[in-house]
Amino acid sequence: MPMAAHEIEELILAALPDATVEIRDLAGDGDHYAARVVSKSFEGLNRVKQHQLVYRALGGRMGGALHALQLETAAPDGD
Amino acid sequence: MSEAKDRIDSLVKANDVVLFMKGSVLFPQCGFSSRAVAILDHLGVPFETVDVLQDQEIRTGIKEYSDWPTIPQLYVKGEFVGGSDIMMEMFESGELQQLVAA
Repeated sequence: MPMAAHEIEELILAALPDATVEIRDLAGDGDHYAARVVSKSFEGLNRVKQHQLVYRALGGRMGGALHALQLETAAPDGD
Repeated sequence: MSEAKDRIDSLVKANDVVLFMKGSVLFPQCGFSSRAVAILDHLGVPFETVDVLQDQEIRTGIKEYSDWPTIPQLYVKGEFVGGSDIMMEMFESGELQQLVAA
């Protein structure tokens, strides 16, 4: 049950409207993605909490419809 | 469910470094679990692993326990560290080495 890259991006943007989202389809199979998400919402949060915000935006699809999403998160001006 | 939580609690507290993963150290059943094991091997510290494929209760329970949707999951000294992406970032920056050595 693959998800299209733009669906992932839309879900993330719906929850984090200021975010910059870059998505790469790693295997070309619509099922293994890498995403880099930069958002002001991440400021002051540790990595676990940053990733949890993204997972929440994906609304339970992570680990289900979306098997593989390598995730990198950052606040603007910092890494 | 609370029984699973108690079991996870004791695993996390009894082991300084514990990885919840799919498969075993020798035979990881998923690329992400395999990557997590490789990172821990590099650290050269003793670590415990729990194969969630052998235990459905833990497999479901750990996701709620950590509020984290995927496996693998690493705990160091009772604290949730993250999945394999965070492990890799922290390994590359040297933070993971510091965390397990502290």
